[in-house]
Amino acid sequence: MNPATTVLDPKTSPTFPMAARATLEDTQLRKNVRHATEVIQNKRARVVGEMPDWQQLRESGRQIRQHTMDNLDFYLEEFERNCTRAGGQVHWARDGEEAKRIVTALVKASGSSEVIKIKSMTTEEIHLNLTLEAAGIRAYETDLAELIIQLGNDQPSHIVVPALHKNRQQIREIFQREMNLPELGEKPQDLADAARKFLREKFLRVKTAVSGANYLIAETGGVCIVESEGNGRMCLTLPDTLITIAGIDKVLPRFEDLEVMLQLLPRSATGERMNPYNSIWTGVREGDGPKNFHVVLMDNARTEVLADSEGRQTLNCIRCGACQNACPVYRQTGGHAYGSVYAGPIGAILTPQLQQLHHAQTLPYASSLCGACYEVCPVKINIPEVLIHLRNKVVQQKGPLNPEALAMKTAGAIFRSESRFRAAQRLGRFAETPLIRRDGNGDGWIGWLPGLLGGWTQVRDLKEMPKETFREWWEKRGSRGN
Amino acid sequence: MATEVNGGIDSSVARTEVLRRIRAANGRPVEGANVAEQWSGIQREYQRSATRSREEILDLLEDRLHDYDANVVRTDESGIAATVAKLLTERGRRKIVIPPGLNPAWLPEGFDFVVDEGAPSAELDGFEGVMTASTSAIAITGSVILQNVPGQGRRAISLIPDYHLCFVRVEDVVETVPEAIAGLKERSILPTTFFAGPSATADIEMTRIKGVHGPRFLDIILVG
Amino acid sequence: MEVGLRVSLFITCYNDTLFPETGKAVVRVLERLGHTVEFPAGQTCCGQMHWNTGYQAEALPLVGRFVEQFRHAEAVVVPSSSCVAMMRDHYPKMAEEIGDRKLISEVAELLPRVYEFSEFLTKRLGLEDVGAYYPHRVTYHASCHGLRNLGLGDGPLRLLRSVKGIDLVEIESMEQCCGFGGTFAVKNADVSSAMLAEKTTAVLNTGAEACTACDNSCLMHIQGALHRQRTGVRTVHLAEILASGEEGVL
Repeated sequence: MNPATTVLDPKTSPTFPMAARATLEDTQLRKNVRHATEVIQNKRARVVGEMPDWQQLRESGRQIRQHTMDNLDFYLEEFERNCTRAGGQVHWARDGEEAKRIVTALVKASGSSEVIKIKSMTTEEIHLNLTLEAAGIRAYETDLAELIIQLGNDQPSHIVVPALHKNRQQIREIFQREMNLPELGEKPQDLADAARKFLREKFLRVKTAVSGANYLIAETGGVCIVESEGNGRMCLTLPDTLITIAGIDKVLPRFEDLEVMLQLLPRSATGERMNPYNSIWTGVREGDGPKNFHVVLMDNARTEVLADSEGRQTLNCIRCGACQNACPVYRQTGGHAYGSVYAGPIGAILTPQLQQLHHAQTLPYASSLCGACYEVCPVKINIPEVLIHLRNKVVQQKGPLNPEALAMKTAGAIFRSESRFRAAQRLGRFAETPLIRRDGNGDGWIGWLPGLLGGWTQVRDLKEMPKETFREWWEKRGSRGN
Repeated sequence: MATEVNGGIDSSVARTEVLRRIRAANGRPVEGANVAEQWSGIQREYQRSATRSREEILDLLEDRLHDYDANVVRTDESGIAATVAKLLTERGRRKIVIPPGLNPAWLPEGFDFVVDEGAPSAELDGFEGVMTASTSAIAITGSVILQNVPGQGRRAISLIPDYHLCFVRVEDVVETVPEAIAGLKERSILPTTFFAGPSATADIEMTRIKGVHGPRFLDIILVG
Repeated sequence: MEVGLRVSLFITCYNDTLFPETGKAVVRVLERLGHTVEFPAGQTCCGQMHWNTGYQAEALPLVGRFVEQFRHAEAVVVPSSSCVAMMRDHYPKMAEEIGDRKLISEVAELLPRVYEFSEFLTKRLGLEDVGAYYPHRVTYHASCHGLRNLGLGDGPLRLLRSVKGIDLVEIESMEQCCGFGGTFAVKNADVSSAMLAEKTTAVLNTGAEACTACDNSCLMHIQGALHRQRTGVRTVHLAEILASGEEGVL
C-alpha cells in the first residue's frame, strides 16, 4: 500500500510522531529500509576503513564548505562570470516558485514539450515536475530510482537511493504495468535491462534536459555531476538544451577542491571508492554537448539558514545520505515519515529551516540525539547540536502557555533549589502510590502513566521510586567508611 | 551585471536581492583578496601524492578495474594494433567509431574504423563500439579520465556505443585522486568524464547491477 | 595508582531519585580503592533534560549551580555519561551565553576535573581490576553519549573483563542507540519502542542474565521492556557490578 500518493510537502505533512506511527506498521517497508541501510553502511565502513587520511579529509571538507558559505556572494558572482564567459547563461531565483517559472520558460523557449531529467533533490524540493506538467510539459525521470518513483506515483524516501523503500518484487510490478512488459523477469538485472531499453529511445530523441548539480565550480565556471548509471551523461551530452538548477549552496571555490569532494562523496554516499561516472563541463563547447546551457541559481530560504549562526552549518551538506543510513530512527521509519524530500537527520535540520520553522516543527524532535549521524557526516555537520538549537527555536515560538512549557518551567524552578528538589522527590513518591502494582517479588511497578508521560508506559514498565533517595541514605550514614 | 535575456527572462532583480540577502546574513560584503588568503589557509593534511611504487600503482589499477568487471591487457607501444585486433575479435565487434587524432598506427586491418565527424546520436547508436585514448587513470579508485582532446573526442562517442576499448598510458596513471585533479587543472574547462568501470546502479535492493546506460563492456589496454 | 583522593560525587537528579543503589555502589568502589567520597548537599541537576528539549533558558542557571557546588572538588565523579557529555559539550558555550567572565573561567577550570565513573577508573586512576566479583552472564550496551561524546572506547569493557567470575558476552550492534533519547522516549514513543525492540532482542539473543551500561537512562528504558515482557532478564549499572564483592553479591 503506497502511503505517498500525494507530494511530500512539509507545509501539509502530518507531524513526525503521527507519520511515523503509520509507517511503523508497514512491515515490508521496514524490512526494505533495514536491509538497504545496513548494506550501504557496511560498504561505507569498508571503503572508509581503507583511508588512513579519512579524518583529515573530513576536516578539509568541513573547512572548504564553511569557507564557501562565509564567502558565498563572492563565489556565486565568480561562478556566474566564468560560466557566462564560457557560453552559459546564468539566472537567479529568490524562491522555488520563481525557479519553476524560469525553468518552465526556458523549456518552452527550447521548443520542446518534453524534458529528460537527471535526479535532482533540488527539483524534488520545489516539486518542479508538477509545475511542468501543468504547463503541458512532460518530464521523464531517467535515474532508475526516480523512474521507479515516477512510474509508481510515489515519493522519494532517501537522498541518494530514493526508492530504497521498494524491493524487487514491488519494482517489477510497477515496470510490468507501466512499461507494458507482462513477461518481465524478477532478477535485478532484468529490471535494469527493462529500464535501459525504456529510456534509451528518450535519450536519443528528447531535445531538452533538466539537471541538478553536485558542484558549481566558481574558479572555472564549470559544473560537476556525480552519478552511477550513465543517465546523467546522456542528459548532459545529447540534448540541444540543458537547464541546470542548483541551490546556491552548491558552489565550490576552486577546481582543486574537487580532490576532497570526490573522495568524501562516493565513499559516504554509496560506499564506493569512486562512483561510476563524473561529468565536468564548462559553459558551451562547440560540437560537444548542448548548444544552449542555462544555470538557475536558487535561494529558496537558504539565505535564511545562512543568517542563523548556529544553523548555517546545515548548508555545508553535500547530499551524501550517510546520515540517513546511520540513523537508528530512520532505520525504523523510513523517509516518508519525515514529510519532506529531505529526510533522516539532515532532513530533520534542513527541512524546518527551509520552512523558517513555520512548518515541520516536530522534525527537530525526531531524534534520540545518539550522534551516529555526526560521526559519519563527511563534512562534520554537528547535527545533534543543530537539532538542539532548533528545538530551542521551536520552544520559543510556541511560547510559555502550553502544558509542556509549564511543566518544564516548574521543573526548572525545582532544580534551582535543594529544598524544592527534595520536596519534589517526596511528592513523587507520594503521587505514584495509586499507580503501583506489586510483582511476585514484592517490587512495585507502574504500568500506566497519565498525560504527557503516557508514552512511556505504552510499552515499558516503570519501577516504583525507591523508598529512600541517595541523598537521604548518605545523610543517614554520614561520611564514614563502609 | 545584467544576465542575458532569453525567453523573456531577466533575473537581475532576483540577483540583486539574493546577493543582498547573503551579505546581510554574513554581516559584511566580501573583499576579493581576503577570500583568496582564506582559501589558501584551508587545512589539507590528507594524502596528496603517491606512496606506492610505480609497479604497485599499475597493479592496483588493474585490480580495481577487474573489480568493476573491466578487462585489462598490458602491452607495449609496438603491440597495440595486434592487441586491438585480438580484443575486437574476441568481442566479435567490427564497426568501431574513433575520435579524430587517434594514432593510425594503432588501427589493425580487417575492421571498420570510422572517424567521428559529429554524427547525430541515432547514427552513433549504430556502431558496435568506440575506441579512444585517455587523459589519465587513478589507481586507488580504478577510474579513467577522458577529455575532449584529439585522440579522445567528444563525450557522445564514448557514451552511446555499448562497448568501449580504451588506451591508458602507464605514465598517465596516478595513485591518488588529488594527483589526478592536479593533472587536470590546466585544461579544467574542457568537457571531462571520469568512469570507474561500466555503468552500474545499486537502486534495486542495493545489489550492484551493471550496464544501465553507458557502455556495458569495457576493455582497457595498458600501454608501456 | 593514586590513593587518598577526595572525590566529590555528582549523583545526578535521576540517579538520586530512582537509582540510589548506583550511587551507593560508586561510594563502595571508591572507598574500597582507598579514596574519600564527598557529597555536596546542594546539588540537583546538570540541566540536560531542559537543554536537550529546547528549554535553554531554564538550563542556564544550573551551570552556575554546578560550579558553586563543585568548584573546590579535587575530582568530580558522575555515574552518568550523558550528564558528563552535557557538561563537556555545552557548559562552556552556556557560560559564554550567560556572559559572566568569572563563570566562564571557572567552568573551564572545573571541567577537566569532571569524570564519568568508568573513565575516572580507567583514565584518571589507570585501573582495570577494581576487585569486583560478579558470577553472572552479562552483556554490555554502549550508551551513545559515553561512546560518541566522551570517547569511553573499550574502557567499560576492560573493567568488566577484569571482574572475577563474570561471563561477559558481546551483544550484536552494541553501538546502536537503545531509543531512550530523553524526552524522545515520550514524545516519539512509537519510534522509541521500535528501537527498543531491536535492543531487547539483541539482549535476549546473548542469553545474558543482565544487561549493563554506564547510564541508567538507557537501562531504565531497556529494563522497562524487559520487565513488561516478563523476560526474566534484568539491568544493572556498571558501578553496581564493580561494587560487588565476594562478601556480598548485589
